[in-house]
Amino acid sequence: MLDNKSVSSKIRNTVIHLVVILLGMVCLFPLINIVAISFSGSAAVTANRVGLLPVNFNTLAYEEILKDKQFWVSFRTSVIRVFVSLMLNLSLVIPMAYAMTKTNREFRGRNIYMNLLIFAMLFNGGMIPNFIWLRSLGMLNSIWALIFPSAVPVFSVILMMNFFNGIPKALEEAAFIDGATPYQVLFQIMVPCAKPCVATISLFSIVNNWNDFFSGLVYMQKIEHYPIMTYIQSLSVNIQALIEQGMMNQQAMETMGDLSNKNLNAAKIVVAVVPLLIIYPFLQRYLITGMVMGSVKQ
Amino acid sequence: MNKKKVSSVKRAHKKTQLYYQSMVIPGMIFLLIFNYIPMAGLIMAFQDFIPAKGLFRSKFVGLKHFKYMLSLPDFSRIVRNTLFISLSKIILGMILAIAFAILLNEIKNKLLKKSVQTIVYLPHFLSWVVLATVVTNLFNLDGSINAVLSNLGLEKINFLGNTSVFPGLIIGTDVWKEFGYNSIVYLAAITAIDPGLHEAAAIDGASWWKRVWHITIPGMLPIILLMTAMNLTNVLSAGFDQIYNLYSPLVYSTGDVLDTYVYRIGLVSRQYSFGTAVGLVRSLIGMILLVTCNRITRRATGQSIY
Repeated sequence: MLDNKSVSSKIRNTVIHLVVILLGMVCLFPLINIVAISFSGSAAVTANRVGLLPVNFNTLAYEEILKDKQFWVSFRTSVIRVFVSLMLNLSLVIPMAYAMTKTNREFRGRNIYMNLLIFAMLFNGGMIPNFIWLRSLGMLNSIWALIFPSAVPVFSVILMMNFFNGIPKALEEAAFIDGATPYQVLFQIMVPCAKPCVATISLFSIVNNWNDFFSGLVYMQKIEHYPIMTYIQSLSVNIQALIEQGMMNQQAMETMGDLSNKNLNAAKIVVAVVPLLIIYPFLQRYLITGMVMGSVKQ
Repeated sequence: MNKKKVSSVKRAHKKTQLYYQSMVIPGMIFLLIFNYIPMAGLIMAFQDFIPAKGLFRSKFVGLKHFKYMLSLPDFSRIVRNTLFISLSKIILGMILAIAFAILLNEIKNKLLKKSVQTIVYLPHFLSWVVLATVVTNLFNLDGSINAVLSNLGLEKINFLGNTSVFPGLIIGTDVWKEFGYNSIVYLAAITAIDPGLHEAAAIDGASWWKRVWHITIPGMLPIILLMTAMNLTNVLSAGFDQIYNLYSPLVYSTGDVLDTYVYRIGLVSRQYSFGTAVGLVRSLIGMILLVTCNRITRRATGQSIY
C-alpha cells in the first residue's frame, strides 16, 4: 500500500518536472533560435537549418550593424530616454506614494489627489487628443515627447503606496517623535525598507521605456529621432504580406536588400535586447516581493 | 505657556502639511499637463475638427461621428474581433498561469525552480517589436514550423496571412509571452496557504489531485477573482503592440481590433474627429468595466485594485 503510493507519487513528480522543464524550453528555445540565426550563414538560415546552435558561424550581421549609423543614433536616444525617465519616474513616484499613505487628516487634500490619480489611471484622452496636444506644445520630434507623458506611472504610485502601507507604522512614528521631517523619514527609513518595490518600479520604468515603439512612431516624424524599437519596427515590415497583396513586387524587394535579410534582423533584435538582459537578473530578484506586497489593497 | 505650545504644534503641523504638498505637487503638475489637459481634446469627437482652425473654431456636429461609427459594417466586426481575441487571451492565459504555478510549486529543487522562473518571466519583458521577429521567423510561410510541417508531409499553413488561423496565432503567442509572469501572483498565493491543511489531507488519504482541487485552488480563489477583474478591464485592448507588429491587410477581417483601427483611421488617415469618437467610446466602456469589476471584487474578496 505504502509502496504503491510512493511509486505513484514518484511518477507524478517526474511528470510534473518534465512538464515544467518543457514549458521552460518552450519559452527559451525561440529566443535562442534567434541568437543562433544571427550568427549563422545566410544560406543555412534560408534553408531553415538553424536550430539552437549557429550553422556556419560568422559575425557578418553584427559587422553590418556596426556600420548602420542610424541604429546607434536610435540606440543612444533610447538609452538617454530610459535613464532620464527612470530618474524622473522615481523622483516623482516615491514622494507621491509616501504622501498618499497619510490619512486625509494628516495631509489635507490627500483624498482629492488620490481621486485625481485614480481617474488618470481609469481614463485618458486617447491617442489622437494626446498627439494634437503634444503637437501644439511643439514637442513633436523632441525626446521629451517620449519622456513627459509617462512621467507619473499611476500603477507604480499605487504599488509603492501599498508597499509603504505594509511597513510597520511604529518605525515612522519613532522617527517623527525624534523630530525628523517627512523627507528624512521617507528617505532614511521608508525607502531603505522598500527596496524590493523601488527595484520593481525601476524595472517597469526601464522596460516600458526601452520597449515602447508607439510613442516614437506617433511623436517622431523623422527617422533620425526614432528610439531603437521604433527604428527596428520601421524596418521589419511584413514583406511576405506586402508581396502577396501585390503592394510590392519581387524587384522592389530585392532593391530593399538587407530588409529581407533574416540574419540582420535577428542580429538587430539581439543587440536591442542586450541592455534589458544585463539589468534583468539584478532587478528580477526583487520582482516577486515587490509585485506581491504592492499589488493588492487589503 | 500652554498657548505657546499649542501654537508651536500648529506651526509644526502646518510645516508638515507643506512637506506633504511638496511631495505631491510636482507629479500632479505632470499629470495635469500630460493627462488632464489632453482630455479637452475629446471635444474633437463632437466636431468636424480641422487642425488649422483648432479646437475653438472647428464646427460642432453633435453626435455625427458616433452615428457614423455605428452605421459602419466594419465597426461591429472590429468589436467582435477585439472581444474574441482579448477574452480568449484572458481565459487561456489565466488557466495556463494557474496550472503552471501549481506545478512549479511542486518543484523542490531550488536551482531548477529559480532557473525555470527566470526563463519563463523573460518573454514578458521583451517588446513585441522583438518578439514579432521571433514569431515571424517561426510561423512565416518559409519559417521553421512550416518546414517541419512539410517534412512531415503536411500542408503548409500561412499563419500570418490566413484569416482563420491568425487570431489563434495572436492568442497563442500572447499566452506564451505572459503565462510565466502572470503565474507570479498565483505562486505567491499558493505559498501563503497553510501547509498544515495539505498535511492533514494527506494523512486522511487525499490524493494529490484531490488536494489541489479542494485546498490549493480554493486557497487561490480570492486572487483568481481579483486577477479576473483586473484582466476584464483590459477587454477592449486586445494588445495593440502585438497585433500592430504582426498583422497585415490580409487578415484585417479577423485580426483588426479597436486600437489598431483607431490608429489607422485617426493618425494614419488623419480623420481626427472620427478616430477620437471611436477612442472615446472605447475609453468610456473600459472605465465603466474597471470601476464595476473593482466594486464587485471588493465586495466579494475584500481586496481591490485601488
